[in-house]
Amino acid sequence: MADQLKSNPVKPSEITPKHVYLSRRDFIKAAGVLAGSMALTSCLPQTVEPPSASTADPAIAKKTDELGDPVNSFDDITHYNNYYEFTTAKEGVAGLAAKFKTSPWQVEVSGLVSQPRTFSVEELIKRYPPEERIYRLRCVEAWSMVIPWVGFPLAKLLQEVEPTSAAKYVRFETLFNPEEMPAQKEKWYPWPYQEGLRLDEARHDLTLLATGLYGGELPAQSGGGLRLVVPWKYGFKSIKAIVKIELTATQPATLWSTIQPGEYGFYANVNPQVDHPRWSQASERRIGELARRETLPFNGYAEQVAELYEGMDLRKNY
Amino acid sequence: MSRPRITPLQFIVHLAGGVPAAQMLFALLADRLTANPIQRLEQLTGLTALTFLLLSLACTPAAALSGWQELTRRRKALGNYGFLYAALHVSIFIALDYGLNLNALLRDVGSKRYILLGAAAFLLLIPLASTSFNYWMKRLGKNWKRLHRLVYLISPLVVLHFFLAVKGNPLNLSGNISQPILYAAITSLLLLLRLPPLKKALIQLRTRWLPPVKPA
Ligand code: HEM
Repeated sequence: MADQLKSNPVKPSEITPKHVYLSRRDFIKAAGVLAGSMALTSCLPQTVEPPSASTADPAIAKKTDELGDPVNSFDDITHYNNYYEFTTAKEGVAGLAAKFKTSPWQVEVSGLVSQPRTFSVEELIKRYPPEERIYRLRCVEAWSMVIPWVGFPLAKLLQEVEPTSAAKYVRFETLFNPEEMPAQKEKWYPWPYQEGLRLDEARHDLTLLATGLYGGELPAQSGGGLRLVVPWKYGFKSIKAIVKIELTATQPATLWSTIQPGEYGFYANVNPQVDHPRWSQASERRIGELARRETLPFNGYAEQVAELYEGMDLRKNY
Repeated sequence: MSRPRITPLQFIVHLAGGVPAAQMLFALLADRLTANPIQRLEQLTGLTALTFLLLSLACTPAAALSGWQELTRRRKALGNYGFLYAALHVSIFIALDYGLNLNALLRDVGSKRYILLGAAAFLLLIPLASTSFNYWMKRLGKNWKRLHRLVYLISPLVVLHFFLAVKGNPLNLSGNISQPILYAAITSLLLLLRLPPLKKALIQLRTRWLPPVKPA
């Protein structure tokens, strides 16, 4: 699949000076030195290399985003993420998702469209040549990663099904299958997960339906068979394991804004000016780095997307 | 060897006090603290601190119920471990998470309710930990006990801090709140058992149902 990839449409605009940072490995080394000075090393094992689950293309690991920041490792991307249908422990998702079947996968596109249809992911990949898109992902929990996705713009699929003039929003729904997604048995969340975008947001070229990661397939724990990636919004907007896409006239409900409307809005654009009662939205920790970074408006995609929100009060529409 | 200088219970308390720190150190060196080890350490130290505070609060009712009076003499050490882990928790937050950048810290979290609650709890713990030496116990006399009742305020503050630190909403019982609910339930129980009628009931429970305790 990797060789059919088109290049990233996000142009390298400016070269930012390389961020000064300590890697996690340095941090662990420093901790080792500390332990040594406590005369404890004699009874401790030497630093263990984490087992590499990566079968991913090593050339991709050397790539950077358009701001010059390196992509995160395949291992970190696939072993540290939120996926509450499996568990609320970010490091536990990969193990619990190991048996989850991502293929065959189907998605039903319906609602206010002239050509409602069900597509298989295989068919989508054939129809819309996969592109590599290296995007920053900013979690509302104030951590971030740089991820080399593979997928195609949602706009292409929308064009195919022909939204009617009444369609104003797009609603997405995750698979509901408590047998395969064990945490869906728990009553703490109004399952299935649902998310939504305004139609113009959904049609924006940055908005991706991802079918792959790191040049390979999309692992179950990362949202396979099919997931959304909206890089200028907090990570929870990028819904995983999508089985339904529905065009609607009214703003759809979303899981997090249903639970806590005061904390999670419909728009959820990355915005250092709009604070969250819990996590700082002004700074973030890039996974693999020790020092915090300043969070960029629209996660660094302001040039491309700010115009979507012209005239809107983003403090109210958080 | 006729009189052991450390009782088995004392040994257990100090072992329990050291084990979480050792576990965290091992996990850190083995890179087993997820891809975001600083946050994980913050959570582990916070949870450990609260656990020790509650263990310390459990001593008195457990002694009343079991008649094992030595339990009440281990309260202080358990509380001190609570303070040590809380100090570690706060230090990791300030020194590692924010790299001692106090400007960024105040800008980011200075007004966050959950941080203010945590900070209040931590500040209140300081006088308790610093008067835990025998010198102060003797010197403060009755006031020592009064002062240390602050823990009745501190533990609910920490539980609230916990509720606000997780993603979820206790008001409509949704989100990631099963753990804070468990801690809240234990805290409430331990505090309720301080109420005189319930205290009496505990002692009666022992005298009625359990064999009499040999005098020490
Ligand atoms: C200045 C004081 C404090 C600060 C700045 C602070 C900071 C934090 C932060 C940032 C978190 C969230 C970690 C995360 O999930 O990202 C947290 C969670 C927590 N803190 Fe504190 N804290 C303070 C005081 C305390 C004290 C005194 C205790 C207990 C004695 C405590 C116990 C906890 C607990 C139990 C959690 C939840 C851990 C979890 O999510 O599993 N904190 N604290």
